[in-house]
Amino acid sequence: MPLSPATRHDPAWPGRVGWMLLGTVLLWPLLRATEFRPWALFDAESLRVTGRFLAAFVPPAHSPEFLWLVARETWRTVAIATAGISLGLLLAVPLALVSARPLSVSALTGRMAPLPKALRQAARALLVVLRSVPELVWALAFVRVVGLGPAAGVLAIALTYGGMLGKVYAEILESGEPQVTQTLLRNGATRLQAFAYGLLPQNAAELTSYTVYRWECAIRSSVVLGFVGAGGLGQQMDSSLKMFAGGEVLTMLAVFVALVALADRFSAALRKSLG
Amino acid sequence: MKLELQGLVARHAAAHAGAGDALAGLSFQVQAGETVAVIGPSGAGKTTLLEVLACARAPTAGAVRLDGADPWALPRRALQALRGRLILVPQVPPLPPRQRVVTAVLAGRLPAWSLGRSLRSLFYPVDIPAADDALEVFDLADKLFQRVDRLSGGERQRVGLARALVAPARLWLVDEPLSALDPARAESAVSALVREATARGATLVATLHQVDAALAHFPRILGLREGRLLFDLPAAEVTRAHLSRLYAQHEDELHGAAPAADMPAPAPAVAMQCR
Repeated sequence: MPLSPATRHDPAWPGRVGWMLLGTVLLWPLLRATEFRPWALFDAESLRVTGRFLAAFVPPAHSPEFLWLVARETWRTVAIATAGISLGLLLAVPLALVSARPLSVSALTGRMAPLPKALRQAARALLVVLRSVPELVWALAFVRVVGLGPAAGVLAIALTYGGMLGKVYAEILESGEPQVTQTLLRNGATRLQAFAYGLLPQNAAELTSYTVYRWECAIRSSVVLGFVGAGGLGQQMDSSLKMFAGGEVLTMLAVFVALVALADRFSAALRKSLG
Repeated sequence: MKLELQGLVARHAAAHAGAGDALAGLSFQVQAGETVAVIGPSGAGKTTLLEVLACARAPTAGAVRLDGADPWALPRRALQALRGRLILVPQVPPLPPRQRVVTAVLAGRLPAWSLGRSLRSLFYPVDIPAADDALEVFDLADKLFQRVDRLSGGERQRVGLARALVAPARLWLVDEPLSALDPARAESAVSALVREATARGATLVATLHQVDAALAHFPRILGLREGRLLFDLPAAEVTRAHLSRLYAQHEDELHGAAPAADMPAPAPAVAMQCR
C-alpha cells in the first residue's frame, strides 16, 4: 500500500533543519568574538602592506655560508623533534596500554573491576594534563631550568606529545575489532602478550602513520619553540625576521616544505609496508 | 579436566533486557579426558554453553565447576591462570590479517610462555616444529609462513584448530569446527580433532551442526534445544526419534547443509583518522 501524501515526507527533516539553525545561531557570537572580518584582507591598504612584506621574501637567500648554517640548524631541528617524540613515546606507550580498554582482563566478563578502572582513569587524567599545557609553556618553563638551547625544546615536546600520542594510541587500540585480543585473553594470555599478538599487529599501520604525522607536527612545533630560545631553525627564523631578512625566511620555509613532504613520503611507504 | 554443571542458567552475549535465557537450567558432568559433541538447532545455546565452560561468561544462576573448583570464586589472577589451562576455539577464529600463520598458531602457547619468550617469538618463532606438526595434522603445513589474510575461510578455521594442538590446555572447547569446511576436509578434521584430544588426554567438548559427523566420531552426544538438555546419550543409542524431536521445526538443519558460518567482513583498509 502506498503511503499517503502526508506520510511521504522524511520524518528526520524538521530535526535536521532545527540543528542547522541552532548551529548558525551559536556560531554567530563566536564570529563576533573573534572579530572575523575577512573582507578587511582585500582593501587597498592591506593589499599594499601585504605585498611589501611578501616582496621582501624574494630572492631567497642562498649564500654558501647561509646555506651551511641552515643545514646545521635543520639537522638540529630534526634532532629536537625526533628526540622529543622518542622521549614522548616512553610516556605515551605505557599510559596507552594502561588505559586501553580491550586489554582489561576484568572487563572480559562485563564490567571492569574498581581498582583497574581507577588506574585507567588516573592514566587518562595524566594524559589530559600532559597535553593540555601547550608545549610553548613547557618550553618557557624548561628554558629557565636547563637554560637556552635544544634541551628545553626536547623536554617540552616530550611532555606535550607524550600526552597526545598516549591518548590517540589508546583510541586507536580501542577502535578496532576487540575479538582478536579477547580470544587471546580468554585463553589465558597476559595483557602484554595479548597486545603483542593481537592488538599490535591489528593496528600497526595506523599507529605508525599517526606517529610519523606527529613527528611532522613536532618539527613545526620545534620552530615555534625556537622563537623562545629552544634552538634550531626556529631560533634562526626569529632572528632573520627581526632583521627583516625576508630572503632568509623564504629559504627556511622551503626547508620546512621539504621536511614535511619527506615525512609524508616516509609515512606513505611505512603504511604500504605495514598495511 | 573434569566439568560439572548444576542447574546452569546463562544469557547470550548480545542479549537485550527482557530476552530469555540462552541456557535454562543445565546439569551434566564430563569426566576428564572424555570427548563430547553438543548438537542442536541454531539458537539452542551451544555457543553460550562453551563460553560458560571457558569461564568467558559468568552464569546468572546455578554452578559450574572445573576440576571441582568454582572458577568465579577464584581471585582474578587464578582465574586467568585457569583460562590458560583451557582453550576456546571460536567458530571463526579472529586473527590479525597481517599475522603469519606460524605466529597465529603459536599464539596458542602464550599461557605457557613468559613475556620475554613471547616477544622473542615475534622476531624468530621459538617453536617452529610444534606449529608445523599442528598444521600438518590439518593439511596446512605448506601455509606455515603465509600471511593469515591470504587464507580461505576454511583454512583459517583449521588454523584455529591447530592453535588448540599447541596450547597447554587440558580442556578443548571447540565451536562449530567444520562450518567452513567441505565434506572431505570436515571428515578428516573432526577425526583428527578427536584423535589428538584423546592422545593428549584432553577433555574435548565440541558443538557440531553435522549430526552424522557427531554420531560417527564422538562417543557421547548431548542434544541441546532452547537452552535445555533434551538427551545425553552414547552415540550408539541416539535414534532418529531423538533427532527429529531435537530438530523439530528445524528439519532443514538436520538434513540439509549446515548454515553458512557467518564469516566476518574482510577488514577494511586502514583508514587514516584526522586527529
